[in-house]
Amino acid sequence: MSDRLLGAIMLVLALAFIAGAWQIETGPMLDPLGPRSFPIIIGVLLGISALYPLIRPDPRPDWPAAGRLLEIVLAVVVMMAYALLLEPLGFLIATALAVFVLSWRLGARPGGAVLAGVGVSVVIYTVFHLILGLSLPKGLLAF
Amino acid sequence: METLGFLIQGFEVALTPTNLALALLGCFLGTIIGALPGLGPSNGVAILIPLAFTLGLPATSALIMLTSVYYGAMYGGRISSILLNIPGDEPALMTTLDGYPMAKQGRAGEALALSGVASFVGGFFATVGLVLFAPLLARVALLFGPAEYFALYALAFATLGGIASRNQAKAAIAAALGLGIAMIGIDFATGIPRYTFGEMHLFEGIDFLVAIVGLFAISEVLLFLEHQGGGSAIGMKLGRITVSLKELAHCAPTMGRSTVLGFIAGVLPGAGASLGSFIAYTIEKRVVDRTGTLGRGDPRGVAAPEAGNNAAAGGALIPMLTLGVPGSGTTAVLLAMLMTLNITPGPLLFQQQPEVVWGLIAALFLGNFMLLVMNIPMVGLFVRLLMVPAHILMPTVAMIGFVGIYAISGSTFDLFVMIGFGVMGYVLRKLDVPLVPIILGILLGNQMEDNLRRALQISNGEWSILLGSPLAVGLWIAAVAGFVAPLLVGRYLRPPTPVPAEADPD
Repeated sequence: MSDRLLGAIMLVLALAFIAGAWQIETGPMLDPLGPRSFPIIIGVLLGISALYPLIRPDPRPDWPAAGRLLEIVLAVVVMMAYALLLEPLGFLIATALAVFVLSWRLGARPGGAVLAGVGVSVVIYTVFHLILGLSLPKGLLAF
Repeated sequence: METLGFLIQGFEVALTPTNLALALLGCFLGTIIGALPGLGPSNGVAILIPLAFTLGLPATSALIMLTSVYYGAMYGGRISSILLNIPGDEPALMTTLDGYPMAKQGRAGEALALSGVASFVGGFFATVGLVLFAPLLARVALLFGPAEYFALYALAFATLGGIASRNQAKAAIAAALGLGIAMIGIDFATGIPRYTFGEMHLFEGIDFLVAIVGLFAISEVLLFLEHQGGGSAIGMKLGRITVSLKELAHCAPTMGRSTVLGFIAGVLPGAGASLGSFIAYTIEKRVVDRTGTLGRGDPRGVAAPEAGNNAAAGGALIPMLTLGVPGSGTTAVLLAMLMTLNITPGPLLFQQQPEVVWGLIAALFLGNFMLLVMNIPMVGLFVRLLMVPAHILMPTVAMIGFVGIYAISGSTFDLFVMIGFGVMGYVLRKLDVPLVPIILGILLGNQMEDNLRRALQISNGEWSILLGSPLAVGLWIAAVAGFVAPLLVGRYLRPPTPVPAEADPD
C-alpha cells in the first residue's frame, strides 16, 4: 500500500511537473531545446518509473507505531518552532529549549535534558561563535 | 616524472602549518564521525561543509579538511563495528561479521590494531592509485564534448541506480526527483524563471547544501527517534591494542587483494565504499576460507573489508576530481563543496589549478599517517567518545546542521526548506528509495541540461549527436549494462540487509 501511494503521488507529481513545463515562457529561442524540453524529459522519466511501484509494490515497510510517529511529528514541530524562534529569541535560548525537548524525548531524564540543553547550546555557541567567529543571532540576549 | 614534480608541489601546499592543522582536525573529526553510529561520512561531511564555507577557508584548505574527514570516517567506522556490533557507518557493516566475534573472544584490541593497519594499507595504496590514474583519466576526459558528458551523467545515474539500490525503479524515481529539484530557479541560458511560483526565495534555486543537510542529517535524527536504540561501549575490555608481526604477515595477502578490489569498486561510478568492503569480504571468503572460520572472528575477515572500504574511498575520488561525477554519496557531498567554492572539477582543474588537486593528494598521504597514529595508539580516546549517549548526540547533530545552514544563508526560509527535505528523506528512506541519486540529480541537473542543450546546438537539433562518437556510444552501452546487469547478478553485488540497530538489545 505504501508503495502504491508513493507511485500514485509520484505520477501526479510527474504530470504536474510536465504541465508546469508547458507554463514556462519560451521567449526568443536561443537553442534548439529551449528551457522546456529537459523538464519534460524529467517528468516523463518520473512518470514512467512511478508506474513500477504502482503495479508491483514492495512489501510494506514497518512504519512506526502511532506513539513513535507522534514523537517524530513532535520533533519536526520542535525543529520548525526552532527555525521560527531562532532570530527573535537568539541562538542560546532557542537552542537550549530545542535540545531540551529533543533530548528529553530521546530518553533523557528531565533534569538531564535541561543540562543537555544548556550544555549543548553553550558549547556550540562557544565553539562556533566565540572561537570560529560565525555570526549567530543574539535575540533577547543582545546587549 | 611530470607527476613527481606535481606531487612535490603538492607537498609544499600540504605542509603549510594551516593545512597540516586542518588535515589533523579533519582526521580527528572524521574518526569521531565514523565511530559514532548514526553519523556516517555523508551526513558528517554534509554538516561540516557550511561551516568550512562560512569560515572563509581558501578552497584548497577547505578541501583538505573535508577530505580528511572523509578518510577519517572510513577508519572510524570500524570502531563501533568491532566493539558494539553496530556499524559506525554503512561501509563498516562487513567489519561486524568478524570484528565483533573477535571482541567477544577478548581480542578487541587486536582487531582494532589489525583493522587500523588494514585501513592504512587500503587508504595509502588507493592514494598511490589516485596519483597514477587520476592524471590519465583527466587526459581522457579532455576528449569529452557535451554529448559525451551527457552520456557520462546518464551512466552515473544508471550504475548508481543499478548497484546501490535494491529497486531500480525507485532509484530512477530518486534521480528524477533530484533532477526536477535542480530545475527550480532561473534558467541560466535564457533568464526565464522555472517552477518558482513567483516566490523570490526560489529564484536562485534550491541550495544543494540545504538539501543535503536536510536529506542526510535531519532525516537521520528522525530515523533515530523512531528506533531510539543505540549501544554503549561501557564495560568493553579492549585488551592490548597491538597486533603481532606474524598476524600481519598472515593477513598481508588479504589486504593486498582487498585493496585492489576496493580500489576498482571505488573508481566505478555509483558504487563507492560499501560495495568495496562487501566485494573484498566476499572474494576473501571464496579465496581463503577453506575451513569456514570467516564470520567467527577470523582476523582476515576484519582486514579484508577495512582495506577494501578505505581503498574504495580513495578510488571514488578519481571520477569526482577528473570528470566531476561522484562515485558515491560522500563524494557527491564533496562535489557539492567544490561547487560551493566555485571550483569546477574535471580535466581543466588538473591543468588550471594543479595546486588544488596535488595539494589535496599530498594531504591525503599525510592524513593516512595521522590516521594510523590516531587509530591505533590513540584509539582508546575514540572508544570513550562512543559513550556519549544518543540523547545528547542526536540533538547536537541537528543543531550543528541548523547552525551551518543559518550561517550560509541567514534565512529562516532555508531552515524550513531543510526541515522539509529532512521529512522527505525520512519517508523516502522508509520506502527504500535511495537518497544519493536525489543528491546527484540536484548537483548535476543543471550541468546535464546544459550539456544536452549545447550538444543539440552543435548539431542544430539533431538528436543523433548523442550517439555521434564511439566514446559516447561506449558510455551509453556501459550505462545500459550498469542498469540492467544488477538485475541478473545483483545478489553478488549487494550487502545483506543491514542489521537494524534495534535488533541489538542494549
